[in-house]
Amino acid sequence: MESAPKRGFWEAMNNLDRRIIFLILLVCVAIPLLLNVGAPIPPTRPVQLAYDAVESLEAGDVMMVSIDFDATSAPELMPMLRSALRHAFSKDVKVAMLGHIAIGLPLGHMALEEIAAEYDKEYGIDYVDLGYRPGYIAVMIAMGRDIGDIFASDYRGTPLAELPVMTGVRSYDDIELLFGFEHGAVIDYWVRYTQARFSQRMTFGTTAVMAPDAYPYLQAGQIEGLVGGLKGAAEYENLIGHLGLATRGMPAQQWAHLLVIGFIVLGNLGYFFTRRKN
Amino acid sequence: MGSMGTIIGTWLAGFLTLAILSFLYKDNPFYKLAEHLYVGVSAGYWLIYVVFFDVKPMLIDTFMNETGFEKWIILIPGALGLIMLSRWFPKIAWLSRWPIAFTVGIGAGLGITANLQGYVLPQVTATLLPVTGFTVTDLSNIVLVIGVVTTLMYFYFSKPHKGVLGAGARIGIVFIMISFGASFGYTLMARISLLIGRLHFLFHDLLHILD
Repeated sequence: MESAPKRGFWEAMNNLDRRIIFLILLVCVAIPLLLNVGAPIPPTRPVQLAYDAVESLEAGDVMMVSIDFDATSAPELMPMLRSALRHAFSKDVKVAMLGHIAIGLPLGHMALEEIAAEYDKEYGIDYVDLGYRPGYIAVMIAMGRDIGDIFASDYRGTPLAELPVMTGVRSYDDIELLFGFEHGAVIDYWVRYTQARFSQRMTFGTTAVMAPDAYPYLQAGQIEGLVGGLKGAAEYENLIGHLGLATRGMPAQQWAHLLVIGFIVLGNLGYFFTRRKN
Repeated sequence: MGSMGTIIGTWLAGFLTLAILSFLYKDNPFYKLAEHLYVGVSAGYWLIYVVFFDVKPMLIDTFMNETGFEKWIILIPGALGLIMLSRWFPKIAWLSRWPIAFTVGIGAGLGITANLQGYVLPQVTATLLPVTGFTVTDLSNIVLVIGVVTTLMYFYFSKPHKGVLGAGARIGIVFIMISFGASFGYTLMARISLLIGRLHFLFHDLLHILD
């Protein structure tokens, strides 16, 4: 009986069960997270610019926060949302939240209530949740004329006229800064319909996937800053001096990236050697 | 210690997280259960939002509360919305073309101006950069302009990629590949971030082994 041909190291690596790779990756992410090691994360220019945009606001100014993500992107966007809200409330900036992704808006509301409680802010006076209206573009353009046209009431059904935080806030002219949290194409609508038409100041936090698409807007000066992915969120946390999940996740992120680089090198070497042999 | 509802919710979320992750080993009934639950709950949630944040306040309440012209004009979008549902009935499905034509017309009209005003012109302006010396900014500007021009050359298919056009297209491919690499790197970072988020939930909220 003829024995099976002996497989070389590179062939074995090329045919490695993907579940082993998943397991190694899981261990590589879990251990740094459990060890809770961390290091200061210096800010990059796009995040510093986003921070500066919020920093430029004065007490009483209104910052509009747009929740354009859902649970699938929450691990990346919730830390930066919390940091931006902390930054705004620490400066006594008023916050008006809305959202274009219906299923994600409750996540934004949870963060808003949580951070507002930290700073003793009162609903209706210091912040408001306008809720959701379908039709991204129609909502954005209508708010340029009159926010009350599209949001006659907040998410609870309270008329805007009865909410002191919205007193004197009629259109984009009365919104100092828009801070959008994006996991999809809504950022394009904000820039192309709101920034271009109404010259609204805006800055964004995006998932890492979306960040490369948003950089041209930053480079062109259409947006003021960009917080990209968990790394950007960690930088923002360090800037406001309130470290959270993003900073805690950075060592795990670093180890996972090194592991993937190692796998890419191994995969290419394996391909090279087995191709030469064949 | 949270309320009983929070505890049950956390354990349920933990179970569903593990059920979804179990797909990495192989497809199984727990994964299917979690997947179907996600789709069903999302659809139900979305429906409630549309009814209570759109149909009720913007159609029903407006019709009930407004007077005069405003009251009646709201019937036009309402009727167009109802006509859209005619697609369910093959004999009158053609009626749905009217609201679709209305939507496409508005979308095209808004899109053309917005893309020119909010994308093409600002991006072209941002590419016309000065080169006044030998600083890092000047070098960056040169690289940016070369990247834009050569990438455009690569996507010019009306002439064979030979000579100057061919050389430019080959340089353009390098820029495109670097762009793909950056996107891949960012995508990887995003996926790892999601894993970090889920593991943090399991360790912190469910098992309480993290502060």
